[in-house]
Amino acid sequence: MDYNILIGGSAGQGVDTVGTFVEKALKRMGYYVFSNKDYMSRIRGGHNFTLVRFSDNPLCAHKDDVDVIIALNEETVRVHREKLTPNGKVVCDVAFGKEDDKNLNLPLKEAAKNAGNPKVMGSAAVGATLKLFGIQTAKLEEFLNEVYDGEILAANLKAVEEGYKMVDTIFQTTPPPGEDKHILINGNEAVALGTVAAGCTFYSAYPMTPATGIMSYLAKLQEDANIVVEQAEDEIAAIIMALGASYGGVRAMTGSSGGGFALMVEAMGFAGIGEIPLVVAEVQRPGPATGLPTRTEQADLKFIINCSQGEFPLMVIAIRDVQDAFYQTTRAFNLAEKYQMPVVIVSDQYLADYYQTVEPFDFSKVTIDRQLAGEEAINSDGVYRRYSLTENGISPRIIPGKIENQLVFVDSDEHDEEGHITESAQVRVEMVNKRMKKLEELKKELQEPVKVGEEKGKTLLVAWGSTYGPLKEATERLVSEGISVTSLIFGDIWPLPEKEFIELAKTAEKIVNIEGNATGQLKDIIRQQTGVNCVQSILKYDGRAFSSQELYNRIKGEVL
Amino acid sequence: MCEFKTFDTAWCPGCGNFGILKALKRALTELGKKPHEVVISSGIGQAAKTPHYISVNGFNGLHGRAVPAGAAIKIANKDLTVIVESGEGDTYGEGGNHFIHNVRRNVDIAHFVHNNQIYGLTKGQASPTTAKGQKTGIQTMGVLHEQFNPLAVAITMGATFVARSFSGNEEHLVSMMKAAIEHKGYALLDIMQPCITYNKVNTFKWYKDRVKPIDESYSPTDKFEAYKLAHQWGDDGIPIGILYKKEEPTYIDKIEFLKQGEPLVDRKLDPKNAEKYMADFR
Ligand SMILES: Cc1ncc(C[n+]2csc(CCOP(=O)(O)OP(=O)(O)O)c2C)c(N)n1
Ligand code: SF4
Repeated sequence: MDYNILIGGSAGQGVDTVGTFVEKALKRMGYYVFSNKDYMSRIRGGHNFTLVRFSDNPLCAHKDDVDVIIALNEETVRVHREKLTPNGKVVCDVAFGKEDDKNLNLPLKEAAKNAGNPKVMGSAAVGATLKLFGIQTAKLEEFLNEVYDGEILAANLKAVEEGYKMVDTIFQTTPPPGEDKHILINGNEAVALGTVAAGCTFYSAYPMTPATGIMSYLAKLQEDANIVVEQAEDEIAAIIMALGASYGGVRAMTGSSGGGFALMVEAMGFAGIGEIPLVVAEVQRPGPATGLPTRTEQADLKFIINCSQGEFPLMVIAIRDVQDAFYQTTRAFNLAEKYQMPVVIVSDQYLADYYQTVEPFDFSKVTIDRQLAGEEAINSDGVYRRYSLTENGISPRIIPGKIENQLVFVDSDEHDEEGHITESAQVRVEMVNKRMKKLEELKKELQEPVKVGEEKGKTLLVAWGSTYGPLKEATERLVSEGISVTSLIFGDIWPLPEKEFIELAKTAEKIVNIEGNATGQLKDIIRQQTGVNCVQSILKYDGRAFSSQELYNRIKGEVL
Repeated sequence: MCEFKTFDTAWCPGCGNFGILKALKRALTELGKKPHEVVISSGIGQAAKTPHYISVNGFNGLHGRAVPAGAAIKIANKDLTVIVESGEGDTYGEGGNHFIHNVRRNVDIAHFVHNNQIYGLTKGQASPTTAKGQKTGIQTMGVLHEQFNPLAVAITMGATFVARSFSGNEEHLVSMMKAAIEHKGYALLDIMQPCITYNKVNTFKWYKDRVKPIDESYSPTDKFEAYKLAHQWGDDGIPIGILYKKEEPTYIDKIEFLKQGEPLVDRKLDPKNAEKYMADFR
C-alpha cells in the first residue's frame, strides 16, 4: 500500500495547516509518512502544494503520481489533474463546479459555515479525504485537541465530522503496521535537534530560506534549553559571532543558504588558520545570486569545498536524510572540536523541508567529546601556546580565562606557536604543515558512502546528500527487477572517502553520477581525487528534487 | 609591578598607538585585572595589532569584525573583561554595520577606537573620519565625502557610554579607559591618535592644540547636549571626556538564563537533556 495526497492552494490559504492535519492523522495512526513542500517565494498568492505520501512500509522519498488532490482553489485542479492515478479523486468545493468523474464536488464551504467558521473548510476536506481511505478520524481529533481550544477547536472538529460524512470509501488500505512509535520531523528540525543534543549553546544566523528553519526551531527552544539564538545584522556578523563564542569556550554554530554562505567565506578561512572549532550548516538553494529562493539544488558543493582564499583544512559532510541530519550534526561538533577546524554540514531545500517518519533519535548514542585540555597543555617553560607544534598537528586547546596566568591567543595572520604575527618563512611552512596534518588524521576516521543495491553491481551509481532517499528507492526497484546496480551515496564528502568507491569502480562496467546540478560536481571531485571518471551523468537543475520514479525512469532510459 | 608585559612592536617610532598601549596597560593594572581575565578582540590594521603587544588573551580576527567577535566572547563567558581595540577604518568603515548593531545589542564590552583619521596599515588612504577635502594618494581630488561622526551616531543609536580621549593625554586616556571598562554595557571610546607617517594634517600638535577636556560641571545625561558636543570639532576645539552615559540593561541582563547562574561556558552539557524535545514531533 502506497498512497499519495496532494494539498494545493495559494499562499495564505492554509496549505501548510491542512498538510499538517493530514500528516499527523496518518502518522499517529501508525503509518509511515513522507511529505514535501513545493512553495513559491511569496507570502500571499502564487501556487503552493504539499505532497503527503503514506504507506505501511518505511518511506524515503516523495512520488509524483497522486491518488487524492485536496484543492483549496480552482488552479490546483487545473495544474495537478494529470498527475492523478486512474482511480484518483479531487476533493474540492462545489464552487469549482465542473462536473466530471474525477472531481468530488463537495459542500465544503457550507460545512465550514455550519461548523461556525468559514476558515475551517480545509478540515472538512481532510475529513472527506480520510473517509476516502477508510481511515478513522480519532487521531486527527486528538491532534486538533492539542493545538486548538474553544470555538476554533469545536469548529474544526465539526468540519472534520461533516466532511467525513460526505463521501464513501474508495481506496483499499492495509492496517498500519502497529502502534505509532515514530517521530515526524524535517531536515532542518533534525539539524536543530542535533545542535541542542550536541550541547551547542550559541547559534547566530541571518535569515535566509531555506536555512531559516534551523534558527526557528532553535529559537523556540532557546529559553528552555539555554541556547543563545542571535539574529545577526548580516551573515558576516553571524559567523564571526559564532567564532567569538567558540573561542570563548562554548559550542557554537551558524547556518545559511548559498548567498549567505558566500558572505561567510573569509571567516571560514579564519576558522581554518585560527584553528577555531565551528559548525556551519549550508542549506542549498538554486543559485547563483538570489537564484530560486524556495527551490532545491545541489550546486554549492565545489564552492563549499573551495570556500575562502588560501589553503586550510576543512571538513564537509553532506547529510542524506533526517536521521543522518541529527546524528551527523552531533558528530560535526565533536569533529570540529577534535580537529579545531570548520565543519560544514551540507543540506538543501528538499531535505530541509521534507518530513519523514523515523525512529525516535537515540540520545544515548550522542556523545559530547570536547577534547579540551587542562594544565597538561602548559609547556615545560610554564607557558601555554595555542598553536604548539605537535606530531599530528592538533595543539592542546584551553579556554581563555580558565587557567590562572595562561593566555589564549588566536590570530588570522600567519602566526607562531603563541599566536603572534610572523612573516618567517620557516614558521609559515611549519604552520601550514601543522594545519594540513590534521586532515591526514581526519582521513583515518572518515565514513565511507552508504551502499544500496547489489554488493558489486555492473552499474555503479554515485550520488551525494539528499539524493539518497529517491536513489535508494529507485535502486531497490531496479534490483528487484533483476538489474545489477549498486549505488553509493556520499555523506562525508570532503575530504573524500575513496576506499569503497575505488573498490567498486574496479569491477563496475559503467559508473554514472546522479546529482541535482548542471555540471556534475561530485563527478569532478571524484576524478580529481581518484583519477576515475564517471562516464555518464544524470543531472537535474530545474529547482526540484528527483523523485524515485523519475530516477528509475531515467536510469532505465538513459543508462541501462 | 606590571603584569601586562612589554613587547617589540611593528609601529613607527612616535606613533600615537604607543600612548594608547601604555594607557591601556595602566588602566588594566589600576583596575586590578589579571591578564588571563582579559580578552582583547581586534580586527586588522595598525591599531588592531595592539593585543600582540600586551599580555592578555587575544582574538585578532578579520578586518572590520572585532566587535561581533568581542560581543560573542562576552556572551559565552560573562566573567571575562572584553575590550575591542581597533582603528576607525576597521570600526566605522569595513565594520560600520557591526558598529551600529552592536550599539543596539549593548553587550558589556569596551570599544577603543584608535582614530588617526587615515588608513595606516594600507599606507595612507582616506578613512571614514578623514576631513573633507584632505588629499591622499587615492583621494587625489581631496576627500569628497562628509566626515563620519562616530560619537553623534553612537549617541543617536542609544549607546550607553560615549566618550572621546586623546592618545597624547595619558592621564585623561587612562581615566576614560577605566570608566569605559567599568561601565555596564557597550562603551565607545574614540581616541584621537596621530599617525605620524600618513596623516600630515592631524598631527600631534594639531590635536594637542584643539582637544579640551569637557567642563567639570557637565553632566553626561542629556542626549541633546551630548549631541551638540559631538558636533564640536576642529578649530572650535575638540571636547574630550564622557559625552553621554546612561544605565540600561545589557544584552546579558535581557536574557534571564544568561543573567542568572554561571557563565554559558561553565554549564554542564548532557545530550539527554534534549531528549524531551522529541515530543514536538509526535
Ligand atoms: C577584507 C579586507 N579588506 C581590506 C583589508 C586591508 N586593510 C587592512 S588594514 C586596513 C585599514 C586599516 O585602517 P584603520 O582601521 O584606520 O587602522 P590603522 O591602520 O590606521 O590603525 C585595510 C583596508 C583587509 N585586511 N581585509
Ligand atoms: S603608519 Fe601611522 S598608525 Fe601605523 S604605526 Fe606608523 S604612525 Fe602608527
